[in-house]
Amino acid sequence: MEITVRFFALYRERAGLSSLAMELPDGASVAALTDVVRQRFPRLAPPEVKIVVAVNAEYAEPEQVLRPGDDVCLIPPVSGG
Amino acid sequence: MQMIEITTSPLDPEQVTRKVMRDSNGAVVTFLGTTRDNFEGKRVVTLEYEAFEEMAVKELEKVRQGLLDEFGIEDMAISHRIGRVDIGETSLVVAVASPHRKEAFMACHKAVDWLKETVPIWKKEVYEDGSRWVACEDHEFTHEHASAVEELVADS
Repeated sequence: MEITVRFFALYRERAGLSSLAMELPDGASVAALTDVVRQRFPRLAPPEVKIVVAVNAEYAEPEQVLRPGDDVCLIPPVSGG
Repeated sequence: MQMIEITTSPLDPEQVTRKVMRDSNGAVVTFLGTTRDNFEGKRVVTLEYEAFEEMAVKELEKVRQGLLDEFGIEDMAISHRIGRVDIGETSLVVAVASPHRKEAFMACHKAVDWLKETVPIWKKEVYEDGSRWVACEDHEFTHEHASAVEELVADS
């Protein structure tokens, strides 16, 4: 299945793009997605930093299963206020 | 009335505060977050905020509703400015009103701590010779607000 991933702020600048369509096996989890993202963009986040993912504008756990059409966003460490 | 707001326009703290005022309340606490002109000795020229707006509104509403429930109060408004915010300007307004002061103080303090942990808004400091996204890599990011709340309770 194809999943479109959006990048914000620090991650957008490091990846050099704001969104990317990625091919993943059907039933892939959030953790599988972040593995693929790390392979594709090794410098996106250091290994000790967890890449936080939002699915359909809600924080997602690593085991959450992705579905075609999901709005998937990578959330760098936040700094509002 | 819009109790959660994300806007590129300058914030008006009085206007946000008016949203929470009513005759049954005896206390109003308004917090302003303002932009600082330095980071570790470097001069900050301006700041730029970016938001994942759809989600940021939802997360701010979770903060608001969670604290209204926790303190048994009815009035909280949060406005966050995004885009370019010059030094000394207001980037955040949290206004809370309650019948008695303790709840308003506590809920306002917790709201700021909570939103800084969970709301997908990012701040970039722009220096004369470069820029930096705030929230360094060694910051242990968590979207659970529980730890911050526990610390607050332990402090109080």
